[in-house]
Amino acid sequence: MKRRTVIGLEIHVQLTALKTKLFCSCSADYRHSPPNTHVCPVCLGLPGALPVVNKEALRAAISVCLALNGRVADRLRFDRKHYFYPDMPKNYQITQYLEPICREGYLEIEYNGRTKKIRIRRMNLEEDPGRLVYPAGSPLHSPYSLVDYNRAGVALLEIVTEPDMESPEEARLFLEKLRSILEHLGVSDPSLEGAMRVDANISVEGGERVEVKNIGSIHEVERALMYEIVRQNSLLDKGVKPKRETRHWDPAHRVTIPARVKETEEDYRYMPDPNLPPVRIPAELVKAVAESLPELPDKRAERFVREYGLPRKTARVLVSRKLLADFYEDVVKMYGGDPRRAANYIVNDLLNWLKDYGIKALYSRVPPERVVKVLKLLDEGVISIRQAKELAEVIVKKGVDPEEYVKKAGYVKISDEEYLSRIVEEVFKEHPKAVRDALEKPKAVNFLVGMVMAKTRGRADPVVARRLVLRRLEELRARGASQTSSR
Amino acid sequence: MRLYTLPAWRLRWELVEGGGDPASYVEQVYERIRLFEKTLNSYITLRSMEEVVEEVEQQVREARRGAYKPLAGVLLAVKDNIAVEGLPNTCASRMLSKYIPPYTATVVERLVEAGAVVIGKTNMDEFAMGSTGETSAYGPTRNPWSINRVPGGSSSGTAAAVAAALATIGLGNDTGGSIRLPAAWTGLYGLKSTYGLVSRYGLVSYAESLEQIGPMTRNIMDLAVMMEAMAGFDPRDSTSLDYTPSRGVYTAAVERGEEGARLSVALLEDMVEHEAVSEDVRRVVYRAAEALEEMGAKVSREKVGRHVAYYALPAYYVIAMCEASSNLARYDNIRYGYREPPRPWEGWNTYYSRVRGEGFGREVKRRIMLGSWMLSAGYKDQYYVRALRLRRMVRDRLLSLAERYDVLLLPSAVTMPPRLGEAITDPVKLYMLDTVSVQANLSGLPALTVPAGKVRSIPLGVQLMARPLGEPRLFTAASMIATATGLHDLIAEPVG
Ligand SMILES: [Zn+2]
Repeated sequence: MKRRTVIGLEIHVQLTALKTKLFCSCSADYRHSPPNTHVCPVCLGLPGALPVVNKEALRAAISVCLALNGRVADRLRFDRKHYFYPDMPKNYQITQYLEPICREGYLEIEYNGRTKKIRIRRMNLEEDPGRLVYPAGSPLHSPYSLVDYNRAGVALLEIVTEPDMESPEEARLFLEKLRSILEHLGVSDPSLEGAMRVDANISVEGGERVEVKNIGSIHEVERALMYEIVRQNSLLDKGVKPKRETRHWDPAHRVTIPARVKETEEDYRYMPDPNLPPVRIPAELVKAVAESLPELPDKRAERFVREYGLPRKTARVLVSRKLLADFYEDVVKMYGGDPRRAANYIVNDLLNWLKDYGIKALYSRVPPERVVKVLKLLDEGVISIRQAKELAEVIVKKGVDPEEYVKKAGYVKISDEEYLSRIVEEVFKEHPKAVRDALEKPKAVNFLVGMVMAKTRGRADPVVARRLVLRRLEELRARGASQTSSR
Repeated sequence: MRLYTLPAWRLRWELVEGGGDPASYVEQVYERIRLFEKTLNSYITLRSMEEVVEEVEQQVREARRGAYKPLAGVLLAVKDNIAVEGLPNTCASRMLSKYIPPYTATVVERLVEAGAVVIGKTNMDEFAMGSTGETSAYGPTRNPWSINRVPGGSSSGTAAAVAAALATIGLGNDTGGSIRLPAAWTGLYGLKSTYGLVSRYGLVSYAESLEQIGPMTRNIMDLAVMMEAMAGFDPRDSTSLDYTPSRGVYTAAVERGEEGARLSVALLEDMVEHEAVSEDVRRVVYRAAEALEEMGAKVSREKVGRHVAYYALPAYYVIAMCEASSNLARYDNIRYGYREPPRPWEGWNTYYSRVRGEGFGREVKRRIMLGSWMLSAGYKDQYYVRALRLRRMVRDRLLSLAERYDVLLLPSAVTMPPRLGEAITDPVKLYMLDTVSVQANLSGLPALTVPAGKVRSIPLGVQLMARPLGEPRLFTAASMIATATGLHDLIAEPVG
């Protein structure tokens, strides 16, 4: 029996593109830094230090809100959420409880050929806590733990959806869409470790809601949800009702495990932060942000269809990551050939091999020029479609220049006689003296063959080239003879 | 010359233009410290005289070269809940006994820029929670005018030090009367400014929506000079007002008062006749009203009503305790604190309970627990939210009065200072000492304490209040009272 599944998501997105933290001027780019080097009196919560809102964080939050079709709040207000935990310098988190910066947004996903709207309940701006480090790897085996406050105070957006998703795949599609929007807005790089963390709420018809906390990637979210559906359904099959609980995803073993049960419901004792009095969010600011919004994935896909004649599906794949879409457009510009051929090659061939390296391999490992070269080799008939496909693997895995590779690997096969005949024709026109020589001395033929090789940058099949040059010389001789005789 | 007796503005002149010797000024003050500090217990941290002499000389040199230093060489006592880089910042709590801040409060930075030199950090009620100075983990401070009595709190050490001339000027902070009450009991001028006029950056938070750092001096002109140096917008404090007083605006207001001015004054009758207010206090307030009239003011009688007179106090304590429970959550002894390492395998929860149990004193724990309870689900509406409503009512009422008059006149203390140990035993009795102080904090209005009489040779101050940013009016009125009564530059000679 198939039971209805309902899924809601809570996504924590670090605004990694900001130069500074949410309430102080420490650098927010803390990854790869020694512990506790990106700290100051404010983000360490030293007595007497006071928070000041980073205006860029407000702009970024507004841009995300608008991109998610949400309503921006009239004023910016912060509350304190109290709980004791060693990674929290003040033992309260500055967050937005009563008046989130954004409400009532939505995103559309394409699923099974139809468009589905996923509503967004709210989005709030808050500070990230620090990070606990266990010297023995896990809390159970460590006699003490260490705290790194580099992350403490980094601006975080918490995005909460309505329970509008019905399958792990929909959840994945939603998150992929969200990721691409964040990339296009340039507010966050979700591919950085810990920059996008997801809590998923899932309930299967007949059971209570289960929350799976702190899942680190989109792929893992889909896996965790699939696991939960199987787990909850099998409980229900046995007549056991899944209880309301919080679980953790263990990516190593691919299971969810129950979180430690608290005896009492946590009371966060929310109160407005007296250090951050509410400030009006000017309508002009919202307007200015709206006007400076970049082209977002949906619009960009539409443009790809219109401008490059791509099928909708291909366009959607390309805009699913900003880097990929940028890469595609760079290739199109440099290539000058058929944009559909470029799209097909990138989506169907290149992406396959990129999986092991991640999208970041574009540009760094695979410069667009190399893809352009492959496409040109293909257009010139130097390589076959099959060889082009092989080259996709080569340029990703080996990270080499396709032209050189082709030369070395002896792909050089311009044995296409029609094409080579055209080249021979050109060579003959450009070197009339050499042709006259060759008509007399057979040794001079080599020069003409050499010129054909040069014109094809060494890729012509020399045997075919020689044969064609000789044939052409024959023709000339024959014509010369007939002219003489007719005279 | 007895340089230590001079008000700051005169002292600056002596040192910079009159050829006074900076070193001998510092030595005189340290000599008084040697004589009286054992009795008074006004300092928690005192800097070495050599270091201080050097800095005073440096400041005076710069002023002589023409730098604008209205407080050149003046010794400043700083309450120990205000950060000064490199000096302990204990808040008179065991919890912070080993904490040394790596930064300096905006206000101290500005005063030092204006020429002042920090002499030390003063005793106080633990985390500013108390009205007598007796909740300090470093022992109580005594009133230099009568050493068996309290000086008032929570800025007890600054009050005693400035009153006994163990410093020339001082800094306190006022959450619910913590500057004005001790000023009233030690013959000092003290100002709780308009909320947001003085930066709180570097002030250890107790109840942020209520408190301000403020000056404490023996002379009204010094108060004005200090405020001109320290007040004004600070980008590091989001509650800071977008306003910076122009140079000379407060000192000019003091000078206006010396001549007398036609101010309209409202004597807040139901605050003076409040049953918590003693007969001694009433007499001094009426004396101050007369003094104002002598100097040209027109005094009318007004009633504030029950909300302001009676419900302000509980509303204040609810809000202050709720904010305190939040602000003091950070003291877990992990990043800073006192010497007490966790035991191996001790869970952080156990550790937190242990260090917070040992590190905080009784009154602090009482307020944290009450505040946590009043903020918790199910009680929040009944206490915190209701108190916020009352707060709005108190503010609206006082604002409408302050708009109609130049200044409001009321008591600054309900009684004369209690004897040591007298009030501290009963928390409610202790809280009642703030009956007339908390209104200014709830409403954000500026309020100033000015000495107006003596009762059995102990000076007693009264309180003036004005509309937001009405500090110049307060300075004028205080200056009028000072001129009429001659009660200024009082220096206590503690005996015992
Ligand atoms: Zn910082």
